[in-house]
Amino acid sequence: MTATLRHARYVLSENPVTAFAFALFFLLALCAALGPALAPFDPLASDTAEALTGPSAVHWFGTDQLGRDIFSRIVVATRLDLGIAVTSVALAFGIGTLLGLAAGYCGGWIDRIVGRAVDTIMAFPLFVLAMGIVAALGNNVANIVYATAIINLPIYARLSRSEANVRRNAGFVEAARLCGNGEARIVLAQLLPNIMPLMMVQVSLTLGYAILNAAGLSFIGLGVRPPTAEWGIMVAEGASFIVSGEWWVAFFPGIVLMSAVFCFNLMGDGLRDIVDPLRRT
Amino acid sequence: MIGDGNTVPLLAVEDLGIEFHTRSGTVRAVDGIGFELRRGETMALVGESGSGKSVTAYAIMGILDAAARITSGTIVFGGLELLQASERAIAEIRGRELAIIFQNPRTALNPIRPVGKQIADILLRHGNVTAAQAPSRAIEMLARVRIPDPERRARSYPFELSGGMCQRVMIAMALACAPQLLIADEPTTGLDITTQAVIMDLIAELAASQKMATLLITHDLGLASEYCDHIAVMHAGHIVETAPTVALFAAPHHPYTAKLIAATPGGAPSLDTLAAIPGALPDLRRADLPLCRYSERCERAAPACLDRPLPHRAVGEGRGVACHFPL
Amino acid sequence: MIVLRRLATALPVIAGVIVVTFLLTRALPGDPAVYFAGPAATEQAIEEIRHRLGFDRTLPVQFFDYLQRLAHGDLGTSLTTGQPVTTELLTRLPASAELMLLALFLSVAIAVPLGIAAAMRPGSPVDHACRIITTAGVSLPTFFTGLLLVYVFYYLLGVAPAPLGRLDVFDSAPPQHSGFYLIDSLLAGDFETFRAALAQLVLPAATMAIFTLAPLARITRAAMLGALGSEFIRTARASGLARHRVVFVYAFRNAVLPVITTLGMVFSFMLGANVLVEKVFAWPGLGSYAVEALIASDYAPVQGFVLMMALLYVLLNLVIDLVYGLVDPRVRLEA
Repeated sequence: MTATLRHARYVLSENPVTAFAFALFFLLALCAALGPALAPFDPLASDTAEALTGPSAVHWFGTDQLGRDIFSRIVVATRLDLGIAVTSVALAFGIGTLLGLAAGYCGGWIDRIVGRAVDTIMAFPLFVLAMGIVAALGNNVANIVYATAIINLPIYARLSRSEANVRRNAGFVEAARLCGNGEARIVLAQLLPNIMPLMMVQVSLTLGYAILNAAGLSFIGLGVRPPTAEWGIMVAEGASFIVSGEWWVAFFPGIVLMSAVFCFNLMGDGLRDIVDPLRRT
Repeated sequence: MIGDGNTVPLLAVEDLGIEFHTRSGTVRAVDGIGFELRRGETMALVGESGSGKSVTAYAIMGILDAAARITSGTIVFGGLELLQASERAIAEIRGRELAIIFQNPRTALNPIRPVGKQIADILLRHGNVTAAQAPSRAIEMLARVRIPDPERRARSYPFELSGGMCQRVMIAMALACAPQLLIADEPTTGLDITTQAVIMDLIAELAASQKMATLLITHDLGLASEYCDHIAVMHAGHIVETAPTVALFAAPHHPYTAKLIAATPGGAPSLDTLAAIPGALPDLRRADLPLCRYSERCERAAPACLDRPLPHRAVGEGRGVACHFPL
Repeated sequence: MIVLRRLATALPVIAGVIVVTFLLTRALPGDPAVYFAGPAATEQAIEEIRHRLGFDRTLPVQFFDYLQRLAHGDLGTSLTTGQPVTTELLTRLPASAELMLLALFLSVAIAVPLGIAAAMRPGSPVDHACRIITTAGVSLPTFFTGLLLVYVFYYLLGVAPAPLGRLDVFDSAPPQHSGFYLIDSLLAGDFETFRAALAQLVLPAATMAIFTLAPLARITRAAMLGALGSEFIRTARASGLARHRVVFVYAFRNAVLPVITTLGMVFSFMLGANVLVEKVFAWPGLGSYAVEALIASDYAPVQGFVLMMALLYVLLNLVIDLVYGLVDPRVRLEA
């Protein structure tokens, strides 16, 4: 365990960019956790006299068309955006990994059914499928989470399936079987911990993708409704002001969104270097 | 001595030193080696894995890895000093006067290009053939290396051919422009025994008919003894002994050579007397390597072996040994 | 033969897609007939819709009806425009296709040379630029990039036209042959329109291209590095082959294989990003059609859109498979 930590520290020191990503992650997590406590203004309080003022000492990121402080709205939105992303990835990871493990380990009809389901999901352009699911199930935040979870499920299912397949006749699995462990126990206690490092890398990368997805869906008006503060919908609200020069309304939420995604992608790359340097590209 | 009796060597390597810079240190892969090869001669560079024989071959061809540095020495081929020549001059002779075939023939060929085209590419580059003539000349080469049904085979891809056939294709590519020197880097490792013999016979026959010199790189002393007139034994980046084959086996002068011979099936009277060589190659990254790199494995080692510079004694007609206390 | 065999493997996928889209149409919470009748419908109108669209029958029968209607190309009618969905989708298809094709072209034209250059000069500024573009490109939200480009090139620099769709208000569309303004205007010899259409296309296509360029450049670079380090390249160099032949005929043709496979992912993204880009640039294509319908709670167009995009995607993947088979003889001959 300490060898891993030492290796982790080596990778982080060699790669200041990765260290920066981890630092940014902590900052985001902090914003999400403390949320409203960190916001200088009430994110919902509108003050039309102050509408559409640029960045200033008072309003660091300026105000939007209803005079709301953009900085406060962004900070508060962190909780919602990260919450959606984390929940959907957790669902995708949990269900996808278990299905994939079962499919890879047991083979047979489980494998065929799971394979068919995963292939069907992947037959759609994923964002389009998410749109279709939200349109079908109803336009609210919960369905955004479910839709994002469904479209990210295949990655975990396929990854855990191939890893389980490779390992199912490995020495340590045979040994566990001979000791009398039941199949379910072998899958959960032996296989799962073994593939965890790889799955963690995937989780980090998927988090970035999930944030983009959720923001994209809210940009086109799905899920989140005004006056809720969420990065995607803030960019959408600011879009109409770009052509008249009030760039800050869309710019700051967009930059923060981009930084969050960038952060998760870098973390994923960094984790990959720690876990499996052979797969580096 | 076979060949046309020309006393100027075709290939003369002198005091060659090669290093590799790696994350874990600098590997002194080859240190001050030298040998000569005349037209039409066959010579083997024999040694364990890691002795530096392939590296030497790559240095001669100029295809060393980017991490490699040539620290000393000269390689003179047909009057041209290869280490000083321009990239252009070398690219002219590479594949034409000087050719190499590799281990693992299937991976050494382009997997998505028909083998006939791969031979034609070389002919177009070096030979005086037109684009129209190249395909039929390629088929001729395939026939010369005894590939059955060469017209059809020219359109095949490497994955459709057996290992032995892939090696024949490599030989065809190497010999397409009738080079003066062929370097064969472990050409038969990875092929089955019967195919090995067939491939080596083919090389020997083609070499004789074209009066081509052959430098065989191998770990198999038995193979070297069957097909080569001269043998240079390498150990840990040094050439420890050179001699005509018969003389080498009759009376080896270096303790390592003697051990190698004793470890070679065929060299020993029975399997029971097959000897293993104790120890292993020293770690070539060490800064404190003894000047004789065999001394740590040698029963005859004396304090002089560690710090006196390695001698190169001539001990007879075409023989040399690098040892303070030769047998 | 290979074409037929690949088509055969695509059939179960298409079947799955149809089943899923059918389920999506029936998954609406509450009474679907109410949704399809629209907010202003009377009780009687709702009953009529229910009967006409078959919501009062059992699920398998509904599925069969759905299949029948699909076979006739009937995807229902839009509530907001009153037009058949199929007609509207087909009318808008060229606009989206033109945009995506130009984006694909831009993307490949930049990513592939960049990846090759980065692989040939490891550690150089080109290599570092490639790495940065690769990591940053996948983090950029498409809609945000679009807005940034509009702000910089339209508002600040004034070199790009207003993001108001395929053509400026004052220009008129060329006579319709393919539906692609670039092609049609050239066919009519109308260079003014060509230039105007191209000017409108540049920013939206660039927006899409920026995102897809990242994975393409990354894969090209990795594949070229792999190919250049492989044993057959060593043989090619040892044979004295000319440098450009070694790099392009030997290394690149091998490296292009994983790049072709990556195009699948690129298409998946493009078909989705289509929606976002068309919203930002007011592009009258499939994506904006679906979004407008979505906001208006008009479900038939949305479902038609999902089905069409999925089928397009299956078709594109088929094409990728076939192209891959053409380039890689190992796939072709071992079949």
